[in-house]
Amino acid sequence: MNSKQMSARRGQTRRKIVQAAIAGGLAGLGLAGAAPLSRARAAADATNWPKDAFSQKTEADAIKALYGKTPEASDKINLDAPEIAENGAVVPIAVSTTLPDVTSIAILVSENPFPLAANYPIPPGTSPVVANRLKMAKTSKVIALVASGDKVFSASKEVKVTVGGCGG
Amino acid sequence: MASTIRMRAVAGGDTTEVQALVQHPMESGFVKDAQGNLIPPHYIEVVQFEHAGKAVFTAYWGPAVSKDPYIKFSFKGAQKGDDLTISWVDNKGSSDSLMGKIQ
Repeated sequence: MNSKQMSARRGQTRRKIVQAAIAGGLAGLGLAGAAPLSRARAAADATNWPKDAFSQKTEADAIKALYGKTPEASDKINLDAPEIAENGAVVPIAVSTTLPDVTSIAILVSENPFPLAANYPIPPGTSPVVANRLKMAKTSKVIALVASGDKVFSASKEVKVTVGGCGG
Repeated sequence: MASTIRMRAVAGGDTTEVQALVQHPMESGFVKDAQGNLIPPHYIEVVQFEHAGKAVFTAYWGPAVSKDPYIKFSFKGAQKGDDLTISWVDNKGSSDSLMGKIQ
């Protein structure tokens, strides 16, 4: 092997190392660059989560902690829940209302260990319509609360649960 | 890592209907494991949807929301092709977010 061949081989090896380093670096950059794009920056934060209302053990205390008012029954709230829930772990419940100036919707399950299940503040421009799925420990009254203007209205429905969703 | 969130937002007229599914155990704290030990509560507390820098919907959840929660709502003022962002945070401080296009 003469010196010319030697230097050519060394050059190839060096080139390979440089190429590998560039490829690795690009892959690293690619990953780092893709992450913030697919994961949006806006973040939910729990500072306004109504801890007090969620930790109340009776329906009346939860309503008081959340709204500080006694609700009035209203026929303008449509609470869509099944008559019989075969599986208490997944009970589809939807609430909608024709009441004006709705600022908040809440759903309570009276017989659950913590009755307040979900609370949805409704900003202007958002429809007072929401659907979700809740766990029910046993047969219970389900209550929909709607804050409209400076009042709170409610509607309720009894849902029979054949298999509870909160026990082993 | 794959996202924990699936979201579908469809604009129809002036209202956009949004449906989302989040993968999360939503442990209530009342369920026991096979050894009879209570599984500590682990649930999403807040889900937020943002459009054009404004929160269009916020959900405050307790442990009574079902495992792998589903949420549906609708709002006004968005158009097809706009970005919609969803993010959640749970009681242990874990979080995830996703940006999607309104269809």
